[in-house]
Amino acid sequence: MIEARHLLKRFDDQTVLDDVSFRIENGESVAIIGRSGCGKSVLLKHVIGLLKPDRGEVLIDGENIVPMDERQLLRVRRNFGMVFQGAALFDSMSVAENVAFALRRNENLTEAETARRVARVLEMVDLPGTEDKNPAELSGGMRKRVGLARAIIYEPQIVLYDEPTTGLDPIVSDSIDHLILRVRDHLKVTTVVVTHDMRTARRVGQRVLMMHDRKIHASGAPEEVFNSPDPVVRQFIDGVADPEKSTHGNIAS
Amino acid sequence: MNLSVKQTLAAWLAGLGQITLLAREAAAALLTFKVAWRNLIYQVYFVGVKSQTVVLITGAFTGMVLAAQTYFQFHKVKMDTATLAVVGVSMCSELGPVLTALMVTGRVGAAIAAEIGTMRVTEQIDALRTLATHPVDYLVVPRVLAGLIALPLLTAESISLGIAGGYGVGVGLYGIDPVYSWAHMLKYTGDTDLSIGLIKALIFGGILTLVGCYKGMTCGVGAEGVGKATTEAVVAASITILISDFFLTLGLERLLNAL
Repeated sequence: MIEARHLLKRFDDQTVLDDVSFRIENGESVAIIGRSGCGKSVLLKHVIGLLKPDRGEVLIDGENIVPMDERQLLRVRRNFGMVFQGAALFDSMSVAENVAFALRRNENLTEAETARRVARVLEMVDLPGTEDKNPAELSGGMRKRVGLARAIIYEPQIVLYDEPTTGLDPIVSDSIDHLILRVRDHLKVTTVVVTHDMRTARRVGQRVLMMHDRKIHASGAPEEVFNSPDPVVRQFIDGVADPEKSTHGNIAS
Repeated sequence: MNLSVKQTLAAWLAGLGQITLLAREAAAALLTFKVAWRNLIYQVYFVGVKSQTVVLITGAFTGMVLAAQTYFQFHKVKMDTATLAVVGVSMCSELGPVLTALMVTGRVGAAIAAEIGTMRVTEQIDALRTLATHPVDYLVVPRVLAGLIALPLLTAESISLGIAGGYGVGVGLYGIDPVYSWAHMLKYTGDTDLSIGLIKALIFGGILTLVGCYKGMTCGVGAEGVGKATTEAVVAASITILISDFFLTLGLERLLNAL
């Protein structure tokens, strides 16, 4: 279970998160939406302890991770997998080395067993036989898939996705959405997806949190949020610069 | 004191504090054997083996030019056979470790800052952290350890080539008596001089790798941030090496002579 309580985060004199609280139950799939630069990725990084709030608490299975130092956080992070916006693959390593990284560092497996598990997760993300490729040889969608394979190889309980479909064409985005659902259903993981892609949010989120003006502005089931008459939500869902042009309806679908 | 001077001083002191904390974290990881051994082997190869050419050329030509300059002056007072003694003492205690460290800083310190800086701006360091790997264990410790292992060995090579080059110039080019030259060099170049040089090399190896890692891990955003971190790593490490060299010379001379 992930719980954030009254998070406040400032970078210099700019407040990015202001009294943000939410709770995500085990096995739940949540999409966090909001405009670019509204603090979605910052919020996600607080969940895994990559950033610390200036005030507030982040509880993972009831344990507050905010006061923990980096070494204590390593233990907590073994429950997490994270897929980064730019994939963040280690460019000095092959695909297989990237995917096997956590196994080699944290578990004593034979090379044969490691190779078998790498092949299995690459199969799961529809990239069989790419073990020997370098990250530079991969397309954007393939990089995201390798990033996902790397995140799930040690079967975490929580998988975080930071803008998984940004920069991808609609067809590849669709396949990534299906992959997120496949991983969720196959591994029974808690899924948190930060996105400003409405189709992804609608498809992968059992619940949607919308961030606006440094706070959680709206929260609810996808239909509830996507049909909300709230002008801020409508403007974002309808994707119009002028709030006057927003309509109450199911346009995003 | 105006505001900008105060801010610069505060930033410098903050940087010094952070690099000390990084060194402490790396030492703690080293003592608990949290070392990425495969990475360490590669780093020893990168810092040590790949620096051979630059270090050997620097050592040889430094010894040669030192021998020539010393000979020009000593020849006037008929002390030709003391030339190699000057080369030996200078190469062992001063020129060998300092020039080796400066050359390796230019090659390795810059590369470390650029590599780690790029990893930082592309979120690869954050990715390491999410994979339950401490960046200090994986990135800093192998590089610092490689510096500590490689620099004394590179310095020993540089000293050897410097003395050999000096011998070649003095004896081969200017015709100084080889037997007296060699005997004088052995007489005046003591174990202390060599020990000072190798201890300095060890410390310089730690400084240049630690500064490179620190600048990379704290670099700013984008290509500009990486470029700035690389430049700062070379400048900061070089200046630190030169300043610490003075204090090490005074301290080690007194310490080793007292033993």
